[in-house]
Amino acid sequence: MIFKKILEQVTILFAGNSGDGIQFIGRQFTNTSAFLGNNLSTLSDFPAEIRAPRDTLAGISGFQIHFGSVEITSPGDFFDVLVVMNAAALKKNFPFLKKGGKIIANTMGFTSKSLQLAGYTPDVDPLKELYDYDVYPLDMIGHSHKLLQNFNISQKDKEVAKNMFALGFIYWLYSRPLGYTEYCLKQIFKKNTKLLQANLNVLRAGYNFGEISETERFIVKSSNRPSGIYRNVTGNQSITLGLATAAIQAGLNLFYAGYPITPASDLLNYFASYKNLGIKSFQAEDEISAITSAIGASYAGDLGVTGTSGPGMALKQEGLGLAFMLELPLVIINVQRGGPSTGLPTKTEQSDLLQAIYGCHGEVSIPVLAPSSPSRAFTVAFYAAKIAIEHMTPVILLSDGYLANGSELWRFPKTYQLDTICPPFLKNSKNYSPYQRDEIGVRRWVKPGLAGYEHRIGGLEKEDETGNISYDPKNHEKMVKLRQKKIDFIKKKWPKPRIDSGKKTGKLLILSWGSTYGIVRAAIKILLSEGKSVSHSHLEYIYPLPNGLDTILQNFKKVLIPELNNGQLIHIIRDQFLIDAIPFSKIQGIPFTIFEIVEKVREII
Amino acid sequence: MDSYNKKNFSSDQDIKWCPGCGNYSILKQVQTILPEIGFPKEKIVFVSGIGCSSRFPYYMDTFGLHGIHGRAPALATGIKLANPDLNVWIITGDGDGLSIGGNHLIHLLRRNLDVNILLFNNEIYGLTKGQHSPTSKLGFKTKSSPLGTIDNPFNPLSLVLGAGASFIARTTDRDPKHLREMLLRAQEHRGTSFLEIYQNCNVFNDGVFENFTEKSKKVNQTLYLKQGELMRFGSKKQYGIRLDGIYPKVISLQESSYSFSDIWTHDENDRTKAEILTRFFGTPGYEKFPRPFGVFYKEERPTYDMLFHDQISLAQKNHPMSLDILLSGDLHCKI
Ligand code: SF4
Repeated sequence: MIFKKILEQVTILFAGNSGDGIQFIGRQFTNTSAFLGNNLSTLSDFPAEIRAPRDTLAGISGFQIHFGSVEITSPGDFFDVLVVMNAAALKKNFPFLKKGGKIIANTMGFTSKSLQLAGYTPDVDPLKELYDYDVYPLDMIGHSHKLLQNFNISQKDKEVAKNMFALGFIYWLYSRPLGYTEYCLKQIFKKNTKLLQANLNVLRAGYNFGEISETERFIVKSSNRPSGIYRNVTGNQSITLGLATAAIQAGLNLFYAGYPITPASDLLNYFASYKNLGIKSFQAEDEISAITSAIGASYAGDLGVTGTSGPGMALKQEGLGLAFMLELPLVIINVQRGGPSTGLPTKTEQSDLLQAIYGCHGEVSIPVLAPSSPSRAFTVAFYAAKIAIEHMTPVILLSDGYLANGSELWRFPKTYQLDTICPPFLKNSKNYSPYQRDEIGVRRWVKPGLAGYEHRIGGLEKEDETGNISYDPKNHEKMVKLRQKKIDFIKKKWPKPRIDSGKKTGKLLILSWGSTYGIVRAAIKILLSEGKSVSHSHLEYIYPLPNGLDTILQNFKKVLIPELNNGQLIHIIRDQFLIDAIPFSKIQGIPFTIFEIVEKVREII
Repeated sequence: MDSYNKKNFSSDQDIKWCPGCGNYSILKQVQTILPEIGFPKEKIVFVSGIGCSSRFPYYMDTFGLHGIHGRAPALATGIKLANPDLNVWIITGDGDGLSIGGNHLIHLLRRNLDVNILLFNNEIYGLTKGQHSPTSKLGFKTKSSPLGTIDNPFNPLSLVLGAGASFIARTTDRDPKHLREMLLRAQEHRGTSFLEIYQNCNVFNDGVFENFTEKSKKVNQTLYLKQGELMRFGSKKQYGIRLDGIYPKVISLQESSYSFSDIWTHDENDRTKAEILTRFFGTPGYEKFPRPFGVFYKEERPTYDMLFHDQISLAQKNHPMSLDILLSGDLHCKI
């Protein structure tokens, strides 16, 4: 038996033509690793086109997974292993391969034509030149063809099956079981036994190839986390679960309305698959109808939810104003992508923060929350819904492409462990008025059907308490202030901001928000080990800003705000606290690397 | 329920329409029919967008939602899918429903959500004080078209029939009896009913429908459709419509060559014929045809809200799921 070496963590990148099933094998490897209890963080990077030009750098789809037994909070800056389906995938990602790293290559993707398209010299096989690396040239297509020669399936299907060979081999290399993938293939090819058998054969052949290859094998043990039951979850999935849970917890039906848009379409797809839980999902004719029908649903007593990305968010501003004016619960998810306009549809960015806070016309104030990781997205979405319901207000949930498609291990709660959510439905009132408020400024939710409480509400300014149309100047000012006060009150319920890592005082505080959390956390670890006086605080509850943030900021000489935009949170922090925070922008459609954060801090202190 | 009368449906709000506006007559008829439709008033919801007509919900003592310009169909969709037991009415105008809200309207119709749409067509933007609307006649001079419009108007009933409406009808504010009858028919229909109401805006477009409402003119220029009855019009019912293959013709019964058997009998269930009828709109080639009023077309087909909820019930029955199972996913590990 071959000796197996134990590793604490590994980063693998799967890369190939978009259409090679890269995202699929990446997710398979991820779920299998989650099943083994590894900590993990993933990053998907794919072109905007469904089938981008083959074998070119622009057409490469990538799936990165960083997994281990130790804490993993970022997908990793550099790879230990590159699984490449063609020369372009190697060319694009080779600079990020660690010295001495492994390359598992599909040799058929290295024909002279493919080499040329990738920008290599056509007759020189780069795989033969990489002396300092551990190269596994695998004739994946050849193996598939040979194995499947007696199978009555198309040439194309035989070729596509090559990714199963790669997956089988890498499962063997890192000592992972095939069971989960076998289970998935059985689900996918339920109705096509030939294709099922073909894919299973190639998967197992890849694994067996490892057995006879006399290659060194590895083990990555399960996580050192607190004991419990865990699963893998993506950001998009986690948000849908959080909202569904909140609705059920509140005793409400959830009505989700969406319009297909990258990278938010999966929200709609997930909700559509929860019908057996009583979840209502509606594919609207456009973004405007999506938000407006969700408002209609909330008016009639469901929890209205809508989700979108950049350009769709712009279209929803009109509806946001109405929801705010009506004072009805509504959750709006913006899975941010590179903008403006169509921008970079498949790439990540944090450039809609100012829009979320200031985007609406008129004096509008809408709570904004941004989860820090795929698993946190569950909790943050749950609280977004709780606030929307209990405070009768729209709430914006800011996700982004990286968070949406990224995944990590999640210790899911049991429903009995959840917080309560109490919808402010009317309980017996003799003198009901639609805009009467309670002590925290919230009006009652009276849905159609309640006899004796028929009333009319709308987008026109309304008289305090009665809700009758009013153009009275003083009343308008009063109403604007009342609505603001209601939102301001919410921050009393926000969790207190805290130092995530590092000391309470020091030279530099990194203040991050949204999906940059994990990368900053990983960077801080390195910086602290170097003895740097640096700490990290992270915001998930962004508007209204939580109480106590000023105290944290005051305890540091300098504050650095890294953001995947041209500087947005920094405006808010400067505005609120009059401090000269230092911006750190990255606007490349990809997350920060740990190294970039580390370098920036070294430059400052 | 029987004890309801019209007054039960009037809210305490002052009505702010211009004196003489056709909207008053529509409001009155709606308030008159509601006691008869068998819905308790707390289950009735009026939804609107923006415009003169869209103030309607404020004057009804039912539930009401005054939304944003053009979006009433979207609001109504959410309301009806949240609670299919509600009786939902969409009040819209030619600008609200056919211009800024055109997209929502056509999609609502193809889905066949069980709601009633009342389109108050006055061929003008009233609340913004007189700009041309998508139903204004070609060449119409307004504040925003001082030299006359150059855009062809919509033929609303053709448009909605094309969008897949399952009930279409036309009436006017000036004929309370017919208006009332059409409101009841629209309400009766299961699915989206679309009722176009010619509504006089006496401030910005007075008399635009005169040809169809003034006694002297209307006899020769209107055709009242009745199921199973011959399409005849004129002071002595001396004219009729004949179908010559797929081409309609106006014929005179006074000409000896034609008899009753030559006249087209109205059939509300015939979509092709309804399509021909909607062309009676003064468009080139159809100048001589009278304007039809009444129910053009109706069809029974499953409503969106029913299909929507059936899918959910079926999924719940066939693959029951609990939240705990959903949260745990199909693959998890114990650490
Ligand atoms: S402007 Fe015209 S439509 Fe509007 S209320 Fe006055 S008369 Fe009626």
